[in-house]
Amino acid sequence: MIRFIVRRLLQLIPTLFGLSLLLFIWLRRLPGGPETAILGERGTPEMRAAIRQNLGLDEPILIQYGRFVRRLIRLDLGTSISTKREVTTEFLQRFPGTVELTITAMVIAIGIGIPLGYLAARRRGRLLDHLSVGGSLIGICIPVFFLAYILKAIFSENLGWFPSSGRQDPTIGATRITNFFVLDGLMTREWDAAADALWHLVLPGLALASIPLAIIVRITRASVLEVLNEDFVRTAEAKGLTENVVRRRHVLRNAMLPVATSIGLLTGGLLSGAVLTETVFAFSGIGAFLADSISQRDYPVLMGFIMIIAVVYVLVNLIVDLSYSLIDPRVRVR
Amino acid sequence: MRASRPKVAIAAVAAAALAVAGCAESDREGSGGSNKDTLVFGVAGDPKVLDPSFASDGESLRVARQVFETLVRPEEGGTKVSPGLAESWEPDAAGTTWTFKLRSGVKFHDGTDFNAEAVCANFDRWYNAKGLMQSPDVTAYWQDVMGGFAANEDDTLPDSLFKSCTASDPTTVALAFTRVSSKIPAALMLPSFSIHSPKALQDYDASNVSGSADDIKYPAYATEHPTGTGPFKFKSWDVPNKTLTLERNEDYWGEKAKLKSLIFKTISDENARKQELRSGGIQGYDLVGPADVEPLKGEGFNVLTRPAFNILYLAINQKGNPKLADLKVRQALAHAINRQALVDSKLPPGAQVAVNFFPETVEGWNGDVTKYDYDVEKAKALLAEAGASNLTLRFHYPTEVTRPYMPNPKDLFELISADLQAVGIKIEPIPLKWSPDYLNATTSGNKHDLHFLGWTGDYGDGYNFIGTFFDRQKDEWGFNNPALFEKFKQADSTADQAARVALYKELNADIMNFLPGVPISHSPPAIVFGKDVTGVKASPLTDERFSTAEFKS
Repeated sequence: MIRFIVRRLLQLIPTLFGLSLLLFIWLRRLPGGPETAILGERGTPEMRAAIRQNLGLDEPILIQYGRFVRRLIRLDLGTSISTKREVTTEFLQRFPGTVELTITAMVIAIGIGIPLGYLAARRRGRLLDHLSVGGSLIGICIPVFFLAYILKAIFSENLGWFPSSGRQDPTIGATRITNFFVLDGLMTREWDAAADALWHLVLPGLALASIPLAIIVRITRASVLEVLNEDFVRTAEAKGLTENVVRRRHVLRNAMLPVATSIGLLTGGLLSGAVLTETVFAFSGIGAFLADSISQRDYPVLMGFIMIIAVVYVLVNLIVDLSYSLIDPRVRVR
Repeated sequence: MRASRPKVAIAAVAAAALAVAGCAESDREGSGGSNKDTLVFGVAGDPKVLDPSFASDGESLRVARQVFETLVRPEEGGTKVSPGLAESWEPDAAGTTWTFKLRSGVKFHDGTDFNAEAVCANFDRWYNAKGLMQSPDVTAYWQDVMGGFAANEDDTLPDSLFKSCTASDPTTVALAFTRVSSKIPAALMLPSFSIHSPKALQDYDASNVSGSADDIKYPAYATEHPTGTGPFKFKSWDVPNKTLTLERNEDYWGEKAKLKSLIFKTISDENARKQELRSGGIQGYDLVGPADVEPLKGEGFNVLTRPAFNILYLAINQKGNPKLADLKVRQALAHAINRQALVDSKLPPGAQVAVNFFPETVEGWNGDVTKYDYDVEKAKALLAEAGASNLTLRFHYPTEVTRPYMPNPKDLFELISADLQAVGIKIEPIPLKWSPDYLNATTSGNKHDLHFLGWTGDYGDGYNFIGTFFDRQKDEWGFNNPALFEKFKQADSTADQAARVALYKELNADIMNFLPGVPISHSPPAIVFGKDVTGVKASPLTDERFSTAEFKS
């Protein structure tokens, strides 16, 4: 198992270099550069040329790439052109928000999706089945930003139950340790701060959960239906095991394999940036920041963030692969 | 019996929560008390840097305007140069040395005294900038106003306008310049010329801009320790939560701020800001969409309209389609556009049709210039006379952007394009993303014929508008008019305010005769506050002072 993990991590190195070279060339191929975003309507061609020269953007691309790699080896991702802070600092300040949001969305999606999918399969063709299958179709169809606006309009603007933006009420003045606000609140015993941060996660979490929830319901339902028809389930029932035991030990466990795979992929997808949800809820994460960085041509941020996200994505999938062996003892990681 | 997996999982999470609980120190002071002395204001973007010497974005400047003060400042709600840290000022006979009488009894937030020496320490810091501090994106406004530095490290930098600063006594300071300039004293109102505590500058190594040109590292002063004399002090910048907190300066020399704390919260999406105001999470925000002005007023919010201090124009590139170099064709374009209809239907309430390339609030505005009324027949006749009846023009307009002077570029494009087609001009629409594609395409090269652009003034001197557009040959307009350029030079170097204003009037008339483009409109941007917030006066320069804001009880 350890050898497996080490090998997977070593594979990261060539992947990252290939990715960085491709990204570097692609980004520089985009028309325009950060100088236009910096100067706006104030820019003259001379001023833009001066900034390009200052940023070293007029040099041959391989020389620029060489500089990037030299810094990367020292684990220095450079400084954001637009915010003037170090890329690593930016990431550490923004990524925790995205992680909290992703975890919330996945807890909602898994917590509701698996039981619902399971029940739909058990009551195939009955009302609950139709409702959950139809409902999940709606979940996939509704654009996330639209759902986000609706949730805000109802639960925040009209009813006032939830805050409509941000990660925490700024007047609380909470202490920051890890930038995971809920965790920070627990660590410092600022219970109100932790609760407030959780409260801020509910609406964006729901909005972001809609698509993964729908997918998990459908995959769980299909997978459970398939397992229910397997011989070993009939055998288990025939040998007199209670329905509960059959369900838990035989049906659910075997039905979980495809679900686990999809959870891994969905989580990775959410982590790489819930752009719309973060924008609509003014939630400080990496999604909206990355989108801004593209229009600003903030090369260091784009390079740095995408590289780190690639690492995180590989790690999440590594964890999913490892979890297979827990769910299904026949799968041995080699 | 084996415990079931969910139970194990729950137990593990609970154990982890217990393990982390209380493992770190809270650095929180007692809770804020009543929220009626805290205003949370929604802004569209994070500030970039807290040292205004290095800032050029509106959000950094907004923060700087509460924390810092300048020698002279705009009158509240206007653009006229008024007393700031200096009570009075006057130029010498040559117009190159300005003597400022300073306010006494003013202290910086770190308790040190504000005086003439402090002023000189600041100007010397900017003037003697070295290395990366001379980078055009680091000290943008200094370079815009003053040109270069004591020792320019890049040959392309112009000589410095600023020459020296002399403190003759604690309340008298003289600033000497290398030549007469229209920028002085108005440009000294810019937040980039804010006076910092010399001690704090030194303690936090404020001029140590390090790293390499493509990887500039800013000193701690610029992100954590801005120290000025303003009515609010910097408290904290919570980047992960997108909020910046200021607190009242209890030792302020003037009338103290009514609010105990002022929080700027970044909400980049316009709709999200509106929803947050309605749900009570913020008590005001800037960059109100023109369509939201009336509804928000109707709901009882305090919508303030800033006097328009901007211009939207249709630029004509004379190096584009060769026909555009013909004055008759440009006149035809101006007559073809129904600007009044556009202002009435697409711009916020209070917008006006532009007669000059600068707003009426700026001295030198001239109502007695050639005007181009909406006249389809005349436009057609002019085109026929110029032999340009079959004209096809490339019309650039930006997407994914709203500017204070241009809330909805696509709508504006559609109206104007329809007007031009009505006089027989064929339009090739070229929509481009504002940054960087659009700005690049319209301000360099000659692949553009018509495009929208505009400007929001930095300070109340006419040169900041028309000089910026027309004082030299530019790819945006593609014309060379030496007589016009010469007159601009003359205006810039005229020390006498009245004589300079007279020249601006002439220039406005010249420009409207030459018609390099069509001035379209001035739009008043709106800012909104909660139903119970009063005391803020809208400023054409976005110089709103939050120290006078308060909650009605």
